[in-house]
Amino acid sequence: MQEITTIRPSKSWLSLDLKEFWTYRELLYFLTWRDIKIRYKQTAIGVLWVILQPVITTAIFTVLFSNFARFETKGIPYPLFALSGLMIWLFVHTSITMASNSLVSNTNLVTKIFFPRLIMPFAATLAGIADLFFSLVILVILMTYYGTAPGLQILFAPLFLILAIIQTMAFGTLFSAMNVRFRDVKFALPFALQVWMIASPLFYPSSLLSEKWRLVFAINPLVGILEGFRASLFGTPFDWTVIGISCASILVLVLLALFVFKRMEDDFADLI
Amino acid sequence: MSQVIKVENISKLYYLGAAAHNSLRDALMSFVKNPMRDKKRELWALRDVSFEVKDGETLGIIGHNGAGKSTLLKILSRITKPTTGEVEIRGRVGSLLEVGTGFHNELSGRENVYLNGAILGMKRAEIEKKFDEIVAFSEVENFLDTPVKHYSSGMYLRLAFSVAAHLDPEVLIVDEVLAVGDNAFQKKCLSKMRDVSQSGRTVLFVSHDMSSITRICSRAIALAQGKIVSEGSSAEVVREYLSSSWGMRTERDFTDDLQQPQSEFVRLKKVRMVDEDGKVCGSFDIRKKIGIEATYEVRKSGQILLPNIQVYNQERIQVFTIQDVSSGWSRRAKETGEYVSTAWIPGNLMAEGSFIINFAMVTYLPFQSVHFNALEVVSFDVFDLMKGDSARGDFTGKMDGVVRPLVEFETEKIK
Repeated sequence: MQEITTIRPSKSWLSLDLKEFWTYRELLYFLTWRDIKIRYKQTAIGVLWVILQPVITTAIFTVLFSNFARFETKGIPYPLFALSGLMIWLFVHTSITMASNSLVSNTNLVTKIFFPRLIMPFAATLAGIADLFFSLVILVILMTYYGTAPGLQILFAPLFLILAIIQTMAFGTLFSAMNVRFRDVKFALPFALQVWMIASPLFYPSSLLSEKWRLVFAINPLVGILEGFRASLFGTPFDWTVIGISCASILVLVLLALFVFKRMEDDFADLI
Repeated sequence: MSQVIKVENISKLYYLGAAAHNSLRDALMSFVKNPMRDKKRELWALRDVSFEVKDGETLGIIGHNGAGKSTLLKILSRITKPTTGEVEIRGRVGSLLEVGTGFHNELSGRENVYLNGAILGMKRAEIEKKFDEIVAFSEVENFLDTPVKHYSSGMYLRLAFSVAAHLDPEVLIVDEVLAVGDNAFQKKCLSKMRDVSQSGRTVLFVSHDMSSITRICSRAIALAQGKIVSEGSSAEVVREYLSSSWGMRTERDFTDDLQQPQSEFVRLKKVRMVDEDGKVCGSFDIRKKIGIEATYEVRKSGQILLPNIQVYNQERIQVFTIQDVSSGWSRRAKETGEYVSTAWIPGNLMAEGSFIINFAMVTYLPFQSVHFNALEVVSFDVFDLMKGDSARGDFTGKMDGVVRPLVEFETEKIK
């Protein structure tokens, strides 16, 4: 059966075309592999940096917040509290930044080759997952040092990591498309990420806020993810309402990202 | 059903804006101020293009710059969507719009072969199977594991082309890839292209090189200003193309153009052919001088900007290059502002026929750079009224020669 390709003007409604994405899965693999290879080849410290960054930042946070401003972290040693949040944050930050640039920094691919454009932000996000693995190793080491014995709840931990990945892919996809059309997204993004970092329970627990505000706070998907991740690691109770709200946020985000990306996709080659 | 590619009424519309909203902030602000979209100028890069390609045929696509060839290829390669119309292609498509797309400098030759192959659409198993062949064709065996940034440009091209050459699609779309590289490389590319076209694959080939079009393609179509103006055997179409001037202009205004030739320092606004009275003119008396007038805006002062014009005849042979080396500006930097430069080709120098020019702006001192080179910008004809005072003298037949200068002869009777 011969392959038939039909080319028509853009349809006004949304079509996901998962089958085509599947046909190009090998390209996704190669582009992810390329992104990972380049990241580690380019810096002299390369792999070392992936380990150093969470360690050093955790150390700084610990010094600041254990000695100067104490937070009530429900019995979890502060360094563990900080590192568990930081490893997710570093992944989110790096991957969203790389994904949002993925189309714009691959102009030649977008203008000369056909492939489902969604592959580009996906590859960038997947490349960032490699970092997560290294951070996990450090986390495990630190947990052993503090003698934290994880309970059955730890089985939930991968769920929250997956939620973090989905959320990051969604943001990355959304920003990569917007960046093609609006070049100032590249400049607004670092600032927005900074604000988001402060607005997330990264180095402070969300118990700082009153009950009512905590639910509003949970619209930030990172709230549910971070709190849930910590709960599964350290045995503190799960706040399912908060986690539920964050999940709903993520769902809306995914739909929005796909919608925006698909609408803008046909014009990428002309605008870039 | 032996037709492999069917193109029906394809059109592509681009909007030329004054300043397309490039920032989110601007877009939001203007939406708040004026929710109605303002009218932008329309540019139809393609208009109702229809044609068919049969199984195993090699179709050449020719046309002047800006005629729509690249846009057509982009649509057929699914890189951009058509505004109207439909295309149907039977078989696996491989597009070669550029050589070495996706090559990354930090990766080794071996890694780039895999990456580039995947980007071009080859499956991993296929790349592995053809790997040795690809390396042998490229002749870079000894350097396979060094990062590509250490390759010479020749090695880089050979490797890149080699990967592309081993693409095995049923339908191959090629865009002037052969324009890069040295002579030896181009010969290699051409013979590979010929192999591919003779192997029964269907090929679409865009090129400016008329001889390779006639050698590789059985049929051809010619595009001018977005429309098909000729269709038939490649020899016929090429002959027609060379002897006419479809949509070629005697003046060109770039002021609102999406592709205005420019650099950080200078921007080209207009180019016109003018006669000795300064009027726009497309046909010139062979005895009279020919003016090429360009209006440009210097945006940043400090550079010595020299207009550089390359003149080609209808066989695409370069007649000569002329540049401003003798006016007061040839060693003097230009301040910001608008300038008009006119080059005067003396009368009784050009041969009869049609000519087309490229207009470039260059700097030689202190560092050489080309600010822009507007290709095939304007064209003109030269005719001889045969009044006896041109270089023809009293000869009325066909005169060969790329130029036809009227020169002085000195004769003395010596015995």
